[in-house]
Amino acid sequence: MINAVGRDIPDYLLVDGKEVYQGRFAKDGQVLKRDAPTTVMHEKPVPDKLCATIREACEKCGAHDGMTISFHHAFRNGDYTASMVCKVLVEEMGIKDLRVAATSLGDAHNLLADYIEQGIIVQVQASGVRGRIGDVISAGKLKEPAIIRSHGGRPRALMSGELHVDIAFLAAASCDKVGNASGNGGKNNCGSMGYAIPDSKYADRVVVLTDTLAPFPNVPASIKCEDVDCVVVVDEIGDPKRIGTKEARVTQDPRDLMMAERAADIIAATPWFVDGFSYQTGAGGPSLAVTRFLEERMDAKEIKMGVAFGGITGNMCDLQDRGYVRKIVDTQDFDTKAIAHLHDRPDHVEMTVSDYANPANKGAYVNYLDYMILAALEVDTKFNVNVITGSDGVVRGAPGGHPDTAAGSKCCIIVTPLVRGRMPTICKDVTTVTTPGECVDVVVTDYGTAVNPARQDIIDCMDAAGIPHVTIEELQEKAYSIVGEPDPLQWEDKVVAIVEARDGTILDVIRQIKPYTFE
Amino acid sequence: MVIEKTAMAGTLESSDAQVTVSPADTLEIVIESSVINQYGRQIKATVEETLERLGVKNGLISVVDKGALDCTLKARVECAVFRSCDASMVNIPWGGVIQ
Repeated sequence: MINAVGRDIPDYLLVDGKEVYQGRFAKDGQVLKRDAPTTVMHEKPVPDKLCATIREACEKCGAHDGMTISFHHAFRNGDYTASMVCKVLVEEMGIKDLRVAATSLGDAHNLLADYIEQGIIVQVQASGVRGRIGDVISAGKLKEPAIIRSHGGRPRALMSGELHVDIAFLAAASCDKVGNASGNGGKNNCGSMGYAIPDSKYADRVVVLTDTLAPFPNVPASIKCEDVDCVVVVDEIGDPKRIGTKEARVTQDPRDLMMAERAADIIAATPWFVDGFSYQTGAGGPSLAVTRFLEERMDAKEIKMGVAFGGITGNMCDLQDRGYVRKIVDTQDFDTKAIAHLHDRPDHVEMTVSDYANPANKGAYVNYLDYMILAALEVDTKFNVNVITGSDGVVRGAPGGHPDTAAGSKCCIIVTPLVRGRMPTICKDVTTVTTPGECVDVVVTDYGTAVNPARQDIIDCMDAAGIPHVTIEELQEKAYSIVGEPDPLQWEDKVVAIVEARDGTILDVIRQIKPYTFE
Repeated sequence: MVIEKTAMAGTLESSDAQVTVSPADTLEIVIESSVINQYGRQIKATVEETLERLGVKNGLISVVDKGALDCTLKARVECAVFRSCDASMVNIPWGGVIQ
């Protein structure tokens, strides 16, 4: 069946109430009963919840074949724990048919790629898949298609019961003997635990892994003892050098700066640029640079940013320290500076990914977002965005909060070069739709800016401010004139991953890629 | 032109291509590319056209492409072939077979 973004979704996937994507607000007002985890009565006091080994915790929590386990990705490429736990489950306990529902997976999890190839991990659900896991998924090694969900789509799926986690294994920088866990106060800190908190609330069993056992009670705690079954102290939860990167430098690339300045001009020309405006950027070079150009425009108008949210970098913290930002509400920290800042500053606070982006709650933060600055791998002439599949059709990206913030924000601006090497960013049809074009308002490139024709209000603002713009088709033609028109990718029939829209309908599917031949 | 010895042009930097030519009895073109799924056919056509323009009938032509534009590919193939004949230093036929 063809869905609202023109993608043909195979009928065999449309079972058990699964529907195709019908538009960005199609499910608004739908009533949902929250799924509930099981709990276990603990009337009789015990000294602590400590387990000597991961295996002991897994046994206590009833690890079994076919179960769904979850991990969070605040420790990103430095995470040791997901691989550590899977190794125990597979190699010590012989558990089979594992389903891994991580908030994201990447280069730190190559061991899981081996287990997928061996048929031990049969399904993956994640907001992003990078590294070798993406290669094996695209090669069709999973028994069931992977499910790719946005940051808001994942807590929605937990809430609706479509994703039910048997055991959540949650790494924490510090934890006490009964499970009060935090992203700070340890030897390897990640800052915000925004991704992990919904799992602690919705999983049947919760195991906290830490390398820093803190005195009881370890408060303020992100994960509460009432939700935690077991605590395991391991040597290292991660490689600190790869957990928090050094502070992201603002780009010096003149092309990026030119695009960033244009995006800042557009923001300053629109009616939501008033005192107290809300703002988020992605962590990419040009996106981050937009913030730098906003500063002088805030000065000129004598206004301040009310709130910055989402994934936070050190340069947003700097901006707050210099008085430009009233509150930072933080789902994830991208660098060591932001991690420390969350701990030290009372007006920089943690938020859960459900509070941030979940479309199935009573109004997530993204619904109150004025400006969202994003990057893209591809944008097509319908303004659809792809951030999941590379030019070779292989899964190697993450929708993350892209679809959520684009749908919620009043003005969603994509900042991206027209071409990257030989790859046209602006194309006729994106390889995979991760964000529907109806949510995307403005595309700024180094060869011109295009505005979604649905946003005549923004076009009028830009015209009034004298900011030039072209059509998206002109940008696409310019791109193809430089790099040539790309040949269509060659796919097998087999669906290897399902891309869910944030409301749980099917936005697109990713098929197995055929090995390239010249014939 | 006749490829007289092994010669190379270009780099493995992004947006470049490294072209190596060697003498051989037949013409064989081997292409590796970071964008092969979408541009393999066009890269091959560009290399073939360039070789034909230079009158190269035989040789092993290896292209390791890192997303080079057609103009870059042409230049790297031309340079490698001219280097293989020690013809790349003087009297280059600009506007002739080198376009």
